[in-house]
Amino acid sequence: MTTPDAGFDCLSSLLRTRAGIELARTKTYLVESRLGPLARVHGFVNVSEFLQRLARDGIGEALATDLVEAMLNNETFFFRDIQPFDLLKERILPQLRTARAASRRIRIWSAAASTGQEPYSVAMLFAEDRESWEGWTIDIVGTDISRRAITRARSGLYSQFEVQRGLSIHRLMAHFEKAGEHWELSPEIRAKVRFQPLNLLGPWSLGAPFDIILCRNVLMYLAHACKQEVLARIHRQLSPDGRLVLGAAETVLGVSDAFVPDWQNRGLYLPAGLQPPAFARAV
Amino acid sequence: MKSCLIVDDSKVIRKVARRILEDLSFATEEAADGRDALEQCRQAMPDVILLDWNMPVMSGMEFLSVLRAEQEGKRPVVVFCTTENDMAHIRAAIDAGADEYIMKPFDRDVIEAKLAQVGAL
Repeated sequence: MTTPDAGFDCLSSLLRTRAGIELARTKTYLVESRLGPLARVHGFVNVSEFLQRLARDGIGEALATDLVEAMLNNETFFFRDIQPFDLLKERILPQLRTARAASRRIRIWSAAASTGQEPYSVAMLFAEDRESWEGWTIDIVGTDISRRAITRARSGLYSQFEVQRGLSIHRLMAHFEKAGEHWELSPEIRAKVRFQPLNLLGPWSLGAPFDIILCRNVLMYLAHACKQEVLARIHRQLSPDGRLVLGAAETVLGVSDAFVPDWQNRGLYLPAGLQPPAFARAV
Repeated sequence: MKSCLIVDDSKVIRKVARRILEDLSFATEEAADGRDALEQCRQAMPDVILLDWNMPVMSGMEFLSVLRAEQEGKRPVVVFCTTENDMAHIRAAIDAGADEYIMKPFDRDVIEAKLAQVGAL
């Protein structure tokens, strides 16, 4: 005999070990709304019964993946919280253009890309300043724990609702075509971003360090120890004079000494020890 | 307080838009077709015009053409808000002088985001 609590504990444990996410008991409403469709697919009339059965009989690999993906918050939109993109366009990318003038190569990682809107927004910034980046190699990588989200990101197809969130009509006209009921990103923008599934707490294989890492609206869902681990690993994956961009509600303060805030630009962090702003001195 | 003229032949759409815009601190007026809207603009030019495409008497495109030809001084921000959701209509609207374009159905987030993008909030 299992109890509703046992079902919740089973799910909570799964999320903690697989994704580092802490699921508070006050979030039962979230469990109900996000797992309802999955419970019905498996023939259960409600989520509680579904979870109790899982706690009793165990969870196979495929179902564990489905459960974690169903519980993730994939909320995103183009140019979300416009300030980081303004900062990239007006300060960080011009500074990088000078600092990387010898190699003419820039690497950017969108670490929680969800369905792709964030890295594609960055790709649009480069496309909209084409002349300045002529002859450069711009490597934009989008990763996410959700394989389903990555599959959608690779498709480059978005609903009318999605393209109206954050995209000006001029950007829609410049970078999209209507494809039936959907809007399809131009081949030029799609070619600038490559996607791969990646769990921030799992093994990584991302190659050379990145100049910019965007890891927005992820840390806020993680347990403290997981935040520390993720920030330590991100630090090792960032160039010594690189930049980390976090979400507006996130900070490294009290979590990691590896980064310090750029006090002039909210949400932007520098590797500790770097005299800011190294890029700016190069301008 | 900024002003917005909501131009749509649907009373329901006008009501929904009015609630959203008033919540965004706009003073609102309504018009059920392009001719009514034009008369109101000649009396007092609003800051923003939320404009439907297909309306009786005078369409949104006809209204916009006359408005942009007539206007002197104050240039209102014009945001199309229509069920026409193909690229040809969008390009035609922008070419005719629209500043933004909303494809129905819309919600508060879309209206707020679009108005922010054109600096109308």
